[in-house]
Amino acid sequence: MVPTLGRTLILLALLAASTGAVVALTTGARPSSLGWTWSRRLAYAFGALMLLANLTMEYALLSHDFSVSYVAHVGSRSVPTWVSIVSLWSSLEGSILFWGMVLGAYVAIATYRNRGEHPEYMPWAVGIWLACGAFFSFLLAGPAQPFATVPSPPMDGPGPNALLQNHYLMVIHPPFLYAGYVGMTIPFGFACAALLAGRLGHDFLRPLRNSLLVPWIFLTIAIVLGGWWAYEVLGWGGYWAWDPVENASFLPWLTATAALHSALLVERKGVLKGWTVTLIAGTFLLTILGTFMTRSGVFNSVHSFTQSAIGPTILAFLAAALLFSVALFALRIDALESDGALETGVSRDAAFLLQNLLFVLFTFTVLLGTVFPLVMEAMSGKQMSVGRPYFDQMALPVGLALLFVMGVGPALPWGRATREQVRRALLPPLAGACVLALVGFLLGVRNRWTLAALLFGGFTAQVTLSEMLLPVRQRMRTHGEGLVEAFRNAQRRGRRRFGAYVVHAGAVIVIVAIAVSSTMATSKEIQLKEGETATIGDYSLTFVKAEVVAEPHRESTRARMEIVKGGRSLGALFPAMNQYDSQREPVGTPAVRTSLTEDLYLSVHNIDARSGTVGLLALVNPMVAWIWVATAIMALGGLVALLPAMRPSAIPAPATEPTPLVEGAH
Amino acid sequence: MIGLKRGRTKWFALAALLVAGGAFLGITVSGIGDNLVYYWGPKELRAAGNKAVGATVRLGGQVAPGSVKPFDSVSNLEFDVTDGTALVHVVSKGVPPQLFRDRIGVVVEGTMTAGGVFESRRLMVSHDNKYRAPADKNVDIKTLMQTTEGLDPAPAPQVAKSSNSR
Repeated sequence: MVPTLGRTLILLALLAASTGAVVALTTGARPSSLGWTWSRRLAYAFGALMLLANLTMEYALLSHDFSVSYVAHVGSRSVPTWVSIVSLWSSLEGSILFWGMVLGAYVAIATYRNRGEHPEYMPWAVGIWLACGAFFSFLLAGPAQPFATVPSPPMDGPGPNALLQNHYLMVIHPPFLYAGYVGMTIPFGFACAALLAGRLGHDFLRPLRNSLLVPWIFLTIAIVLGGWWAYEVLGWGGYWAWDPVENASFLPWLTATAALHSALLVERKGVLKGWTVTLIAGTFLLTILGTFMTRSGVFNSVHSFTQSAIGPTILAFLAAALLFSVALFALRIDALESDGALETGVSRDAAFLLQNLLFVLFTFTVLLGTVFPLVMEAMSGKQMSVGRPYFDQMALPVGLALLFVMGVGPALPWGRATREQVRRALLPPLAGACVLALVGFLLGVRNRWTLAALLFGGFTAQVTLSEMLLPVRQRMRTHGEGLVEAFRNAQRRGRRRFGAYVVHAGAVIVIVAIAVSSTMATSKEIQLKEGETATIGDYSLTFVKAEVVAEPHRESTRARMEIVKGGRSLGALFPAMNQYDSQREPVGTPAVRTSLTEDLYLSVHNIDARSGTVGLLALVNPMVAWIWVATAIMALGGLVALLPAMRPSAIPAPATEPTPLVEGAH
Repeated sequence: MIGLKRGRTKWFALAALLVAGGAFLGITVSGIGDNLVYYWGPKELRAAGNKAVGATVRLGGQVAPGSVKPFDSVSNLEFDVTDGTALVHVVSKGVPPQLFRDRIGVVVEGTMTAGGVFESRRLMVSHDNKYRAPADKNVDIKTLMQTTEGLDPAPAPQVAKSSNSR
């Protein structure tokens, strides 16, 4: 019964999406109010049907209905209720079903919010979105089939992968990632609509930019949550390994960040329109490539599931989307005429260009390193991977250059700057640069690259802060307002700009924290008997005893480690090894003691309660907590930048851009 | 586009772009070539000969029966990895994973020394029951890699080993 209901909903969603795509694209070519009405209705219907299909699956998971193939595959009676709920996205077929729901929600909301605006673009956009929706419905109706009927249902199922049950971050990481990934479909639809309509007007920039900013915020959070999860669960002591799956989430983030910046040049100067839509389309294609890489089993990792027909189908979709985009761009990109010209010379404009170039270079290096092993294996059958040092040595210069441009760009005026202006803009932040580098040096930083990161970070931090407060100072000076009043008024008028600088501030902290934590970590592998003590850094770790804790679905063997730092007791940490009922092999859970300056990280390699021995990996990781906090700052900045746009009545942003203190000669 | 008035300037810009692009591609490709990690079984490792010395290799195979030397926390862990035909002697520093024992499928990341001993930086144990069959003549490395614990995150050796004492 439930499988039939689920399959019916999927088929109806496929019908709604494919009909809607045809109707909407036809309406784009030959505008009619009836066609537009039905395009919208079918978009809403697609969203609603996908929601219902997901609710049906949740019902099946919670009621342990093992006649549904997906439930038989990942469900289990012995797991806690929250694991049953999140099982929706814990394996391949369910994750595509969840993808469908997120896409449906995005399409319905984007259609609703723009229902009365942009008539020349909207039908095209809805058509593109629903075409993507039709593909994912087809994937669910054909190759993926989460709702296949199991003829003789088992009494109980195996439950999801133990690694995924092991930590609560697994509850939130995938939804954020999907909200980021799937959401890139919306700006893609807008970009294609601009090309199909043959123009990209100033009025259409706001929906385009905001549709990009929303998934960007989600993706930013998701990438870091993924790193945090790896850190808290996988037990090797780091948060980023340039794993293909991590790269898959990072690549579209890079191009989306570049597009957010080039969209600003479109807005200010009317240039780079074609470039911006190219970046947006590239972002979408990279999300599909990432989905192919993670969902087809071509890479082996915790994310890859068994091989199936789903991989080739996604690859076919990627090829079709790529062909469509290239053809569309080849035919129509000339239609997006520039409204202005870009100034050359030392200026904020040039910094924007440089920033875009760096992001694209970064994307290419990561993409090449990620795809290279696949291409080699396809050609020669030999298996290999590209080692982490490649990515590290490429990311280092590009990351530092980006940090530098993030400081120099906002300090410089638009247009063309005179030598005097450049000097006045770039000299004062050197104070911040020297202070931060000196503080780092005094605290023991000796690595040249880390010192360079601190130097650039200090420069950029000072520029960011002064730019953030510039409108406030101006209001206090010219309007004679008090600090609080000036701050409030400045926020109201230039919230987007303020939000952007909050994002920059977060990014500076993230880059500095990555530089410090990856070069200043201490690690040690230790084997202890009960009562023995080992030291790492200033910490002394005493293995008191091994404790066995029985839970319904797992048995956990924990090492009680008493921690003393500098003669002061810090209590106990309990790194553990968990044995799940459903799995033969145990899964470790590291214990992390987080503080503002450094983390103490303990991960069990082996433990034996009977003989009382434990083998541990111990690390002291400086500044890691800053990455999590600063990411929250970045996301918050993105939200602030988005806020005024949520009220259509808000004053358009360009008019309220404050004049920099050093005004460029236009 | 950017204020380029004459055709000659445009050609210069194009040439500069090509040179920059070529240089970038060169750096990237050589960077990839220098940092490849080969996935080999003992037979392929032997066949690679001197090429394996110094290169980063993920050696997949089975712990040869009876080859694990007794060890404590101070000494190195020593054992042989086999695919049924060839044998490679492995020396591993550090703490072994929970399931490590005789006859289990392992993936060892490290490099071959000139002395013919494989130096392991990481030792990982396979999850797969099937792989423990001793009659397994032809190691399917892909299957082995896919069922190996903790393969996902590959910590860079220089990061794991680094300390602020330098």
